[in-house]
Amino acid sequence: MRGHVAIAVAFLALSCSGSREDVAVHGRIGAFGLGREPSVEEIERWDIDVMPDGTGLPPGSGTVGQGAELYAAECASCHGATGTEGPYDRLVGRVADDEFPFGRDPSVRSTIGNYWPYATTLYDYIYRTMPFGTPGTLAPDEVYGLVAVLLFMNGIVPEDAVMNAQTLPLVMMPARDRFVEDDRRGGGGAEIR
Amino acid sequence: MMDPKHSSDTWISRRALLAGAAGVVGAAGAAMVKHTPAMADEPGAEGATGQTGSDPTKVPGRPASPMGRRATSERPTRLVANSPGGVSRTPLQDLDGIITPSDLHYERHHAGVPQIVPEQYSLLIHGMVEKPLSFSLEDLKRFPSESRIHFLECSGNGGAAFYGRRRANLTPQQIDGLLSTSEWTGVPLSLLFREVGASEDATWFLAEGMDAAVMTRSIPTKKAWDDAMIAYGQNGEALRPEQGYPARLLLPGWEGNANVKWIRRIELSDRPFMTRWETSKYSDPLADGTARIFSFEMDAKSLITYPAYPTVLNGGGWHEITGVAWSGRGKIVRVDVSTDGGRQWEPAQLQEPVLPKCTTRFRFLWNWDGGPATLMSRAVDETGYVQPSTQQLRDARGVGTRYHYNGIRVWSVSAEGAVAFAD
Repeated sequence: MRGHVAIAVAFLALSCSGSREDVAVHGRIGAFGLGREPSVEEIERWDIDVMPDGTGLPPGSGTVGQGAELYAAECASCHGATGTEGPYDRLVGRVADDEFPFGRDPSVRSTIGNYWPYATTLYDYIYRTMPFGTPGTLAPDEVYGLVAVLLFMNGIVPEDAVMNAQTLPLVMMPARDRFVEDDRRGGGGAEIR
Repeated sequence: MMDPKHSSDTWISRRALLAGAAGVVGAAGAAMVKHTPAMADEPGAEGATGQTGSDPTKVPGRPASPMGRRATSERPTRLVANSPGGVSRTPLQDLDGIITPSDLHYERHHAGVPQIVPEQYSLLIHGMVEKPLSFSLEDLKRFPSESRIHFLECSGNGGAAFYGRRRANLTPQQIDGLLSTSEWTGVPLSLLFREVGASEDATWFLAEGMDAAVMTRSIPTKKAWDDAMIAYGQNGEALRPEQGYPARLLLPGWEGNANVKWIRRIELSDRPFMTRWETSKYSDPLADGTARIFSFEMDAKSLITYPAYPTVLNGGGWHEITGVAWSGRGKIVRVDVSTDGGRQWEPAQLQEPVLPKCTTRFRFLWNWDGGPATLMSRAVDETGYVQPSTQQLRDARGVGTRYHYNGIRVWSVSAEGAVAFAD
């Protein structure tokens, strides 16, 4: 019912002047009556993102040992046996005293251990798009295992760590507090940011 | 001699020309009226005819064709990076005006260009909304549409210039070719947000692609209410697959990566999602041991596209210096040009149209005295921001900072007229 009234209002606005502003003022939820309501299952199938507080992490778990086996089979060819050899992104490495010298020194390579602020991002990224040649094929247990071994290789969790929806959000990454708001604002004046 | 403004790969071997001409004659002989055996019926054959010296006024031209092509003498191409395969650059030195031909728009993708048929496409909007909805491509096209001309630039554009890996033999395409401009057509994202009843408390949304990277970025909803668009048209036709067919997010003036291509899902939230592409990548480390995150706006920048390497100026006298200037924060209000390495600056002429968050073509008539010269351009946008030098950026952010390399570009001209990239 509300939908019908809203449509009438929206089209009245359009027919009066046809301007976008009128739609903005008079637009109501469902005013155009376009699109269809997705099922809960449909949303869940695509809603795979994981947030820093762990929202979105699925049930399941993985150990460092399980992850190590999978890493050797699925990841080492691109990232190296120890996560440092490449040829693609370097995954492993810490900077002495967990300094963050990247802005000063372009020769320091960023890694999970020295640059990534959130451990949950690892789960999100690996699950959605790794391994490169067969993206999105890993089961949650496998992803938890890979996250565990990558955190272990970076010296962030112990060898007996088990990663799951409860433990992963608690992992504090070395670079967690390095990220700051963009303070560029445009405008005149001599200051260059 | 070829026009140096259109110099990319213009020469054709004599053997190729002869072979091409023979093919044209053969095809024409079979298909066309017998009294006009030399009539060209292949699109593109006019180039060969012209260069072999025949008189085009004495031979009927080819008939109409369903699909046009470039003249065979004009062969602008994207420059594809060797690795990792997800980068190609626009030949800025070959272009006039501000629009990038769609087949020359730069590419940056993280897991290849997906093949999507329109029937399988949908855009899901959910999260902090009253009524989650899934829109087909047809649905999107039924909303009130709008068309606007905007640039897109990868925020990694210009890295080679910034890091001192610069060499004299870099072309505009190699330095800043991750920049392109198109007329985009689509539906304002604000309309879709109203349709689903976006919560006032939703301050961020996740934009997710349908490619093998399932690329995701967190975007402030403020941008959706301002000028974001779900675009399905590019320069008068459907988006190219490389630019997000059948639909992409367009965030005018914001770094290319955030303009998620092949967009399939938007989730509204009250905080950012902290995806890999906004933390590990596309964040900007600074000298003070921090890194900027969510540095979306592209600051004002300009680039001389002629004369530039590999042009060799043919003698002193009048030459038109030209290039493009752009700002993610609004309109370009002034471009200054220096021919003496920055000691003196003079305003260039801005070619209409001058549009917000769009490239603006500038021109500057230069009477070259035949001696060594150093050419620079400097953009000023409507916020008053003045394009800094690359060294000023290094001083402010550190020599290891990443992304947003909008420093002044410098070209040197030798007494022989050879133009080289200098900074």
